[in-house]
Formats: sequence, structure tokens, C-alpha cells
Amino acid sequence: MERIFLFIYQYRAFFTFLVLELFAVWIFLENNQFQGTRFFNSSNRIAAAIHTFSQNTFDYFNLRQVNRTLAEENTYLRYELEKRNRQLENAHKIPVDPERINQFDFVSAKVVNNSVSRFTNFLTINKGSNEGIEPGMAVISQVGVVGKVKVASSHYSVVTSLLNVDVMVSGTLKRTGHFGTVQWDGSDPDFINLKYIPRHVKPVVGDTVVTSGYSGVFPSGIFIGTVADIQLSKEAPFYQLTVKLAQDFRSLTWVSVIKNRMLNELDSLEQHVPNFK
Amino acid sequence: MNRFGIFQGVLFLAYLLVQVVIFKNAIFFHTAFCFIYLGYLLRWPVESNHMVSMGVGFVMGFLVDVFYDSLGLHTLTCVLIMYLRPYWLSVLTPQGGYDAGAVPGVAEYGFQWFLIYAAPLVFIHHAVLFFTEAGGFDYFWLTLGKIGASALYTLVLLCLVDVLFTRSKR
Repeated sequence: MERIFLFIYQYRAFFTFLVLELFAVWIFLENNQFQGTRFFNSSNRIAAAIHTFSQNTFDYFNLRQVNRTLAEENTYLRYELEKRNRQLENAHKIPVDPERINQFDFVSAKVVNNSVSRFTNFLTINKGSNEGIEPGMAVISQVGVVGKVKVASSHYSVVTSLLNVDVMVSGTLKRTGHFGTVQWDGSDPDFINLKYIPRHVKPVVGDTVVTSGYSGVFPSGIFIGTVADIQLSKEAPFYQLTVKLAQDFRSLTWVSVIKNRMLNELDSLEQHVPNFK
Repeated sequence: MNRFGIFQGVLFLAYLLVQVVIFKNAIFFHTAFCFIYLGYLLRWPVESNHMVSMGVGFVMGFLVDVFYDSLGLHTLTCVLIMYLRPYWLSVLTPQGGYDAGAVPGVAEYGFQWFLIYAAPLVFIHHAVLFFTEAGGFDYFWLTLGKIGASALYTLVLLCLVDVLFTRSKR
């Protein structure tokens, strides 16, 4: 027994190294697999305050572009509003479930921290559980899909960006209606891949890719991007499609978090069916 | 707390803040990253206790991880280089050995010595960091490019900081 202690003492530096390293690897794996680690991320108060300060400084350089996108969005929304008004005039006789009209709830939030260059990118936004944000909610910008909420503290949330090699979103080719999986390959923040489009489909460059809405997280029809490059090797069952992202993730300042009020209903319904997912 | 402790504490916070406020955003072409906080770890006193220096690496890595949302990633790489550092330092012992309380830096031992000392440690740190972040060797050449560019960027900045902010003793 004494010799064991002597041995450990002699190599104490190595054993300390081993313990610290194993601990680091453990929290690294834990952090990647589960939505645990509530406190030690950039949504905690001090880290978020520092990021907010630095983001506020950088914001002044983006004002011109923000103005332009807001103006564009205004025009688009006015157009949509008019269209909806017309539809309502004609449709007032059909009874509509008010719960379905109010299915999606939007919370606007400001991006205080963002990265696009790593393999696993995250954003921090300045709204948290006090505003009703919960892990798993979808995040979009005025242009397109942004990501999913990972952790929420009371005033801030960390969002897993679409530019993250671990994130998969169900996407549809709008013209043909075939769906596949959208996933980033870690290289260029302007482009993303659409996988599993079978070879009998005939996609063309410029086709629109939108969310399918199958997972219940994103509403269907949210813009992801347009097809930029099509490759089909001889024996592959699926296309390799490169999609130009609609949202420039480098200049992301304002986003909306989407809350699906009917998600629980959808999930519990699908759970009744054995082997559904 | 003595003067040494206070000075090191202030220096620690300065390196951390500069890293997460400035260099977190100063990325070139989505490939070259600068991890200037390594400067603090590399300039930790030579004759410090091995376990204490690993502890310092652990704390530094952990705090950087909190800001980068990559819990564990920087922690494990920092502990690794703080573990390797004394062995590498003993290989590089200059003639006559290290002075008491010596700090391995450009001003103390010259530019060439510092580069030989820092380059392998920085490279190991970046290699482990990027390959772990990429989750393996799937993106091998892309990751290798990032490692090379970032190591160069970090080394240049480390030398610059060392030359600008330390008084020459010669």
C-alpha cells in the first residue's frame, strides 16, 4: 500500500494532468451532447455583459446596412399585409380555429455575440427565459433561417447557428416538393449543403430551398437559400446540392425567436405511434 | 496577497479580456485565429510548481471556454501545453541554466530562443484545438490550413506583445 502512495507521489504531476484532462474531456462531451451546463456559457451575466458592450461598439459600423434591410423588410411586410387583407375579405365566411391563427408567436431579439469561422458556431441573443424563450425554439432573421435555441438564462440565450457541423434541419426544394437534410460542411459561411435529394428529381441552379416544417420546430416555408451548384456522381443515390444562404451570417444583428404553441400537441400525437421517429 | 500575486492577477485578466473582446472578432479569411491568451501561459515563471502551472492553464482555458461557448475545448488544450511546457523548457535550458524567478520571453533569452520555445507549443495547442473542434479528421486539409495560418498569426502577435510590453534587461 505504501508503495502505491509513493508511486503516485512520484508521478503526481502526471496524475494531476490526467485528472484535469479527463475532467476537461468530460465537460467537453457533456456540453456537446446534452443541453446541460446551464451556467458556464456566454449567456451568464458577466460574459453576456462584456459581449454586449463589445457588440454595441461594433454596431455603429453596421448601421447603414441595418437601415437598408429594415426598409426592405418593411416593404415586404406591407405587401404581405395587403395580400392577407384581400384574402380575409373573401374568406370571412369560413370559420377558422383561432388557435391555429395564433399558432406561432414571435419574440424579437438583438444578437450580442456571433461567430461564423469555427466548425461549431453559436450566437448569443439578449432575450431569455423571462421573455418565454426555451431550449429548442427556432430562430430566424428577416431573410431566413438562423438556428435553434440551445440554452436560455433569465435575460440571454445561446443559439446554435445553422453554421454548425452538428446541426441538421429538414429542407424542401420548393419547386418540386422533395425534402432532404440541410447541413453545413464547415468551410464557407456563405454556402450550405442539401443532402438526400434522390436522383430522379431534376433540380436546377436557382431553385429555392425552404424549411419543410416536419420537425415542428420551424414553421414550413421559411427561406434557407437558393441552389448554387449541383453534383451527381455516377453511382450515388442522392444529389450533392450546394445552397447559397439567403442570410449573410456575418452581418446578423436582429433575429426573431419562434415559439410553436402546438408543438406539445404534435409531439404527443406522434409519440402514440410506435417507431414513428 | 503579495505583489507578485496581484501583478499576475491583473495580467491574467488583461490577457483574457483582450482575447474575448478584440481577438475573438479579429479573424482573417475565416482561417486565421489568434489565441493571444497563450502569451500569459507561455510567460508563466520557469521554476513554478508543475501542478500549480497546470492549474493556471486549467482556469485560463475554462474562462476562455465560457466566452467561446466551447466548454472543455480550451481547457483541455491549455492543460496539455502546461503539462508539456516544463519538459520542453528543460530541453531548451540555456548555458548556465535559468535564473531564479526567470520568465521565458524575448527580452530575457533573445528572439531566436523564444521562437524555438513557443512555436511547437503553439502548434500543438492549435492542432489539438482545431481537430477536437472539427470532431475528428473529416475535414483534414481545411483544419490543417486553419492550424497553420492561426499558428503563424498567434506567433507573430506573441512576439510583438513580448517586444512591445517588456523592458529589455540587457
